[in-house]
Amino acid sequence: MSDVLEAYPQLLRGAWITVQLTVYGSALALALALAFGLAGTSRHVALRALNRVYVEFFRGTATLVLMYWLFYALPLVGFRFTPMAAAVLSLGLNVGAYGAEVVRGALNAVPKAQYEAAIALNFRPWQRLVRVTLPQAVALMLPPFGNLIIELMKGTALVSLITIGDLTFRAQQIRASTGETTATFLVILVMYFVIAQLLQLAVRYAERRVDRMLGRRPVRRDALPRTADASGAGAVKG
Amino acid sequence: MPPTDTAPATPEESSENVPAGTARGAPDVPPQRTDAPGIRFEKVVKRFGRNVVLRELDFEVAPGERVTLIGPSGSGKTTILRLLMTLEKVDGGVIWIGDRPLSHMRRGDRLVPANEKHLHEMRKQVGMVFQQFNLFPNMNVLRNLTEAPMRVLGLSKDEAVERARRLLDMVGLADKIDAHPSQLSGGQQQRVAIARALAMEPKVLLLDEVTSALDPELVVGVQDLLRDIARGSDLTMLCVTHEMGFARDISDRVLMFDQGQIVEEGPPERIFEEPAEQRTRDFLQAVLAS
Repeated sequence: MSDVLEAYPQLLRGAWITVQLTVYGSALALALALAFGLAGTSRHVALRALNRVYVEFFRGTATLVLMYWLFYALPLVGFRFTPMAAAVLSLGLNVGAYGAEVVRGALNAVPKAQYEAAIALNFRPWQRLVRVTLPQAVALMLPPFGNLIIELMKGTALVSLITIGDLTFRAQQIRASTGETTATFLVILVMYFVIAQLLQLAVRYAERRVDRMLGRRPVRRDALPRTADASGAGAVKG
Repeated sequence: MPPTDTAPATPEESSENVPAGTARGAPDVPPQRTDAPGIRFEKVVKRFGRNVVLRELDFEVAPGERVTLIGPSGSGKTTILRLLMTLEKVDGGVIWIGDRPLSHMRRGDRLVPANEKHLHEMRKQVGMVFQQFNLFPNMNVLRNLTEAPMRVLGLSKDEAVERARRLLDMVGLADKIDAHPSQLSGGQQQRVAIARALAMEPKVLLLDEVTSALDPELVVGVQDLLRDIARGSDLTMLCVTHEMGFARDISDRVLMFDQGQIVEEGPPERIFEEPAEQRTRDFLQAVLAS
């Protein structure tokens, strides 16, 4: 175990790459999710078709195979990507497809009456979206987005297969040099978990911000029933 | 029935000095100021799927006139308001606001269906208050009132805030300026919604069953407010309501609808006290019994 822990600079370097991939991948996924999700709620049939093609294709292809395509196959026909670009692209395209469905669903879930109130106040079509429906839809998007970002972070482990020195890649190296299989994998298991928890905290923070924007009181942790007694009483009331 | 010889194209600005209400023979007491436009439905058809809601409907509202639409549910009253707010498109006929077509625009000497630009232009004159208030939950009360005046009318922030304060004062909710809609009662939300509609300074105000969603004890406050607004302004008002007392107070004329057609119309006293049509009598009896 101590051999593994002594290799911590390597692990930290790997973790940093994992975090970078997560941030860039999420940024790309978010942008794609918004663009194609909006297209999915458009009045124009061509834009809705574009949404379907994007979502169905990239949701239905394995991220790893996509990565292999970008990194190994496309260079053969003249498109060359750095490993990092190939990784970010494939992660972003894949998770963006799921995200587009989240955005589309959230926008459709905003009551139509809100849109009509925006028309009655003579907002322009773009303003109806940006000022009224989208901010309300964001509240519905955040929890599923939290899931997707954590999924994406875990998906970054695949990049070790296209020569990127992420956390999993470093772990393989340490394992090879020390022979400590159990200890190495235990350490990175915990490290992935910690990164996921940090992401979860960030999403929670965003959710609280949105709740405040909507005038909902954030649910305080200590306000939740803890004991069996309290939850029992709640169940009777409900 | 509206006389067909009052041409839709009352061409130039006739609104300045002519009390067009009297010219069209509508209300007994013409409104003093008439810079609010009149409204005219000309053979308006509206279908939802195979269900014909309005069947070549003709009617007219004089500038500054207050008209209440009554009738059983499904008779097309709310559809009329939604058409005027451009939330629905007509399937036939033309709607006029003043001397300009709402549902259509002029191209040469023909009328073609309106585009978004024309609708934007025409909507400036119209405001609507909804049954379910429809305040924006992502904005506090102040922003609900200032957002459209700033973004649509181009008011400065100071101007918009001042206007919002004045209107909140009028509806008696000056102390709720920083509250969120979710923190207000239904009656308070509806008063904010009324203020929000007035912040755009419409000339035509549409009230769609504005007290139907309120608890009984909150109805009076909203009705009193609307009565004051009706008295203190020269708005053309169209009101759909099941509150007959309120209808009587607020309107110059009542139109009784059934199945997308006007069954009977007249001053509220006459409609409520001596309805001529059996369907009106049945309807009033049903409403008063409930």
